[in-house]
Amino acid sequence: MTPQVLILRAPGINCDLETAYAFEKAGAKAQRIHINQLLESPRLFESFQILCVPGGFSYGDDISSGRILANQIQLYLADVLAAFRDAGKLVLGICNGFQVLIKTGLLVDVHGESGPDATLVWNNCGHFQDRWVRLKTHPQTNNVFLRGIESMYIPMAHAEGRFVARDAETFARLESQGQIALEYAPLNLSKLESPAACDARGTLQFPDNPNGAEGNVAGLSDTTGRVLGLMPHPERHIVPTQHPQWTRRSEQPAEGDGMKIFRNAVQFFE
Amino acid sequence: MLWEIDIYPKTSQVDALANEVLTKAAPLGLLASETKARACRGYLIQGDLTREQIRRVADELLSDRVVEETRIFPLSEYESDAREGETLVHVLPKPGVMDPVAASAAKAMRDMGIETEAIRTFRKFFFAGLSDAQIDKLCWKILANEAIEQVVKGAFSFERLEVGNPYEFQLVTVPIRTMSDEELKTLSLKGQLYLSLVEMQTIQTHFRELGRDATDVELETIAQTWSEHCSHKTLAGRIAYRDEEREIRFTNMLKETIFAATQEIRKNLGENDWCVSVFKDNAGVVTFDDEYNICFKVETHNHPSALEPYGGANTGIGGVIRDPMGTGMGAKPICNTDVFCFAPPEMPLEALPQGVLHPKRVMQGVVAGVRDYGNRMGIPTINGAVYFDERYLGNPLVYCGNVGLIPCDKSFKKTNPNDLIVAVGGRTGRDGIHGATFSSAELTHESESLSGGAVQIGNAITEKMVLDILLEARDRGLYTAVTDCGAGGFSSAVGEMGEEIGAEVWLEKIPLKYEGLSYSEMWISEAQERMVFSVPDEKWAELKALCDSEGVEATIIGRFVPTGNLKLLYNGVSVADITMEFMHNGRPPVVRDAIYAPPATLPVELPSKSDYSEDLFRILSSWNVASKHWIVRQYDHEVQGGSAIKPLVGVNNDGPGDASVVRPRLESSRGIVISCGMNPLYGDYDTYWMAAGAIDEALRNAVAVGADPEKIAILDNFCWGNTDRPETLGSLVRSAIACRDMSIALGTPFVSGKDSLNNEFRPAGEEPISIPPSLLISAMGQVADVAKCVTMDIKESGNALYLVGLTREEMGGSHFCLVHGLKGGAVPKVDFETTKKTLKAVFNAIGSGSVRACHDLSEGGLAVAIAEMAFAGELGAEIDLRAVPTEGATLSDAALAFSESHTRFLCEVSAEKEAAFAKALEGVAFAKVGRVNDSSQLTLIGTDGTLVAEASLKSLKDAWIRPLDWE
Repeated sequence: MTPQVLILRAPGINCDLETAYAFEKAGAKAQRIHINQLLESPRLFESFQILCVPGGFSYGDDISSGRILANQIQLYLADVLAAFRDAGKLVLGICNGFQVLIKTGLLVDVHGESGPDATLVWNNCGHFQDRWVRLKTHPQTNNVFLRGIESMYIPMAHAEGRFVARDAETFARLESQGQIALEYAPLNLSKLESPAACDARGTLQFPDNPNGAEGNVAGLSDTTGRVLGLMPHPERHIVPTQHPQWTRRSEQPAEGDGMKIFRNAVQFFE
Repeated sequence: MLWEIDIYPKTSQVDALANEVLTKAAPLGLLASETKARACRGYLIQGDLTREQIRRVADELLSDRVVEETRIFPLSEYESDAREGETLVHVLPKPGVMDPVAASAAKAMRDMGIETEAIRTFRKFFFAGLSDAQIDKLCWKILANEAIEQVVKGAFSFERLEVGNPYEFQLVTVPIRTMSDEELKTLSLKGQLYLSLVEMQTIQTHFRELGRDATDVELETIAQTWSEHCSHKTLAGRIAYRDEEREIRFTNMLKETIFAATQEIRKNLGENDWCVSVFKDNAGVVTFDDEYNICFKVETHNHPSALEPYGGANTGIGGVIRDPMGTGMGAKPICNTDVFCFAPPEMPLEALPQGVLHPKRVMQGVVAGVRDYGNRMGIPTINGAVYFDERYLGNPLVYCGNVGLIPCDKSFKKTNPNDLIVAVGGRTGRDGIHGATFSSAELTHESESLSGGAVQIGNAITEKMVLDILLEARDRGLYTAVTDCGAGGFSSAVGEMGEEIGAEVWLEKIPLKYEGLSYSEMWISEAQERMVFSVPDEKWAELKALCDSEGVEATIIGRFVPTGNLKLLYNGVSVADITMEFMHNGRPPVVRDAIYAPPATLPVELPSKSDYSEDLFRILSSWNVASKHWIVRQYDHEVQGGSAIKPLVGVNNDGPGDASVVRPRLESSRGIVISCGMNPLYGDYDTYWMAAGAIDEALRNAVAVGADPEKIAILDNFCWGNTDRPETLGSLVRSAIACRDMSIALGTPFVSGKDSLNNEFRPAGEEPISIPPSLLISAMGQVADVAKCVTMDIKESGNALYLVGLTREEMGGSHFCLVHGLKGGAVPKVDFETTKKTLKAVFNAIGSGSVRACHDLSEGGLAVAIAEMAFAGELGAEIDLRAVPTEGATLSDAALAFSESHTRFLCEVSAEKEAAFAKALEGVAFAKVGRVNDSSQLTLIGTDGTLVAEASLKSLKDAWIRPLDWE
């Protein structure tokens, strides 16, 4: 069956068109729907198999990234969203979408007595960065979107993407549950630059780990493996000419590294 | 009740806000050795709220409990949490200044079922180890900006937030008919109309003829319409120009030079004319493919950025994005470009004149302003440049550009009589009052206090929401015309749209941010994120429903009543009634003299050395040449998914690309190439050749990645000093003549442009400092298939390096002379016919697939170009200066390596493609000058066959990366 994808729009979401394009290229049918419409008729969710919260700056990321949209979802759509996931459907959050999902509680618990399990905060450098990163899939994850993907080279573009877990125990629990889905890995691009060492805890240095994320975490899975949030943008590497060094290659691959995420989502419903 | 919520980083977290202040203050010498700082951010929330509600808001909405902790208390129970020896300082927006985060917080609290009266955000700092005087200095140099923010030392002393007072209508008339010339002058200056005496007299005569006095808002409206910013009265005026070889009397200088060139080109192209709409609409429109056209506009926002760099640049980019949005029936913005001019960032604080912000602070603020608006709009910022010169100290330049994609059948608009005037988007506040007239005046040390109101603060999300509904409404045909509210606010938007018809506006309908605005302020406010639509009655309901569905405010504020008059009413009382004819055609012509005498070419003695490696390092490290990665990486240059050639290229994604390429349609491989050219140093020698050089640079940058030189549209942005001086105006007219000459010769049309005059700063009691003549040329080219593009990084050991174009001894204004402090020498000239042939030949060579890498030669000449290509490609290279084509002239090693002759490219060609490359370049000067190797060295061989420069790629790259490698 051809899965129907709901691409969530909201004030300030701005990667909806190219994300819809990537899903369609993978064989899905994508529709962009505004949050106000969903708040009015939550039953709209029922006709979709995949929900994607794309990148952007929802509500300007005022207060903190993704906070206001997450607040709306938590207050008015939490049940619908949980039912969506429990019906065996898929949810993908990219960049701002990840920031939204993590704050809604769909990826980690946010209602515990001692506060949320984890969050995404300001990059160590203190501002927005657009640069390409190497990602590797964590061996323990069973996330549907990452099937058959060992590593990807795709761009990140964010200011608030540094993953922080509440404490070491929480981090260990997330990891043992297979929730640490994607990690930043060494870029190894340049022979002029000496490779950046990692610290005692294995945290890579800038620019390999572009924001200082704890445990190099770039993406999280929920416990079902059907929800994925990631900071970098797979939809920005679906064709060869998006690659920053494509002019150096003598031959071009059929498609970019990020495409596989969208293909996996579609194949899940085949 | 008024509550305060303080949000601190947990002790396990870094105090980023405090660290940022310390990092910025340290290099300026604002700290003592034992200075310590802590900081927090917070919210003041006013309303009938319980402690439980505030606690919930603090925990669930405003703070992040993983990394932050909060304190809450009503201000009536204020308890300072300053520790022993600490001084507490609050920084918060002045009442009435846009506070988008506060507005969003109010919305989010409403979602939670909590209503508030007013919210304001603040930052709070605790300093230890600084005297009061030192803290004051820190406050105004780093923490706060007087134009928009207030500083409260110690506890807040108020218990309520100011929310504006109701406005009591009072009609203000000005007895202009009886005023003496002196009184007219005073009125112009004190009322911030900034009109000349002749213009004031013309207005006086007009009202004498009408037999009545003028209202305040009538004068404001006329002043805005007639401002330099809106009417370009100097350059589109009468000018008597004289230079060493000609005397020209222009009746409309721009029309007779730049516009005329475009007309001639269009005529020559005949049915192949690819210009669609030029110099008419908010942006220049040209054809792209069968279904879409593209448009391009570049604006400046110099004076606001001098006073408040963040807000000025933020609204600069926000404003220019609305230009394509307001072109035709509305274009979709697809990429941004930004060019800045600053004073060198290492200047000591003591050297700053009063009223001037430190150049590093200006630069940081400007970059952050562009970053935050462009990124939030979801528009990639793909091209730019930065120039440094001490003369930009009090008057930095901020050029912002935007390209839009528009369906062919939506490229024109026409307001119909009796259409409704509909305001869409942001609300109107006191922000930006007198922006249009202020931007046309000289900056002084008092500007900060006098014109603070001219500074606007943007809210990108409001504009993004407007964009979302604009494109939908356009495709559904819900309006007949649209334009943006830019300088002059409603006054100029409605005035322009209704110019041929007339308009009646009901001012009390204008949605306001807060109470208290007078009818006049409502009309001229330059509050951001507003567009004006003309809407037929029968389409209004559908447009309103669409706007409502996405939370965008749309309000009927009047009607384009076909009277030929602009009539403003406030609750039924007429406050203005002037003819469109007088507004748009009543301005007396400005007549100016312009004189230009090019300085004589003085000989320059170049140092003759056996080793020029050090010179190469110094040029690579010079501000203009050094890497701008600190800026580029803060911009999202890949959103929308069309990125094909990025601004930084090469093995490590950090080499300086010549131009960027995007695909505006994801399903197509057709691309848009954006580049620019500018070099104010050449203007000190001859502004004719400066202008020609800027065009040449913009074009060769575009061609270097693969753009077709026969379809490149260019834009001009003239930023000059005070053109009341005939010499200053002369230097501008001369560059406009060069633009005409070169545009016609190359068949490269100008499609839009903008000027900004009076870019001068007058320190207290001193002569004004004028910026150097600063002509920015922006180019928009096209490629049929982005997969044919090339980048500047060298690719493979063994490949040949070819230099295309002739090298002459042209060292005037060169970076070699700059780093040696040398004056004199010949400024680089352009031979138009050769340029045309060369650009075409390089395009053909790239099209034939024979070019692996291509880089243009600009600042620092051949030596800098090959150094950049080598460290970007991480491959060694050897260049033999003896092989450089010079048309028989004997040049020194310094000239061969560092001359800045125009229209030159360095190309990397593989062995099997050398024949094809040579064929494409037939008839153009070119020669094999070296080879790529697998060493990690760059070597230059001089005219006597010995090494004249040798350096490791690593050391060259470090020299280039380091100067602006900021945090």
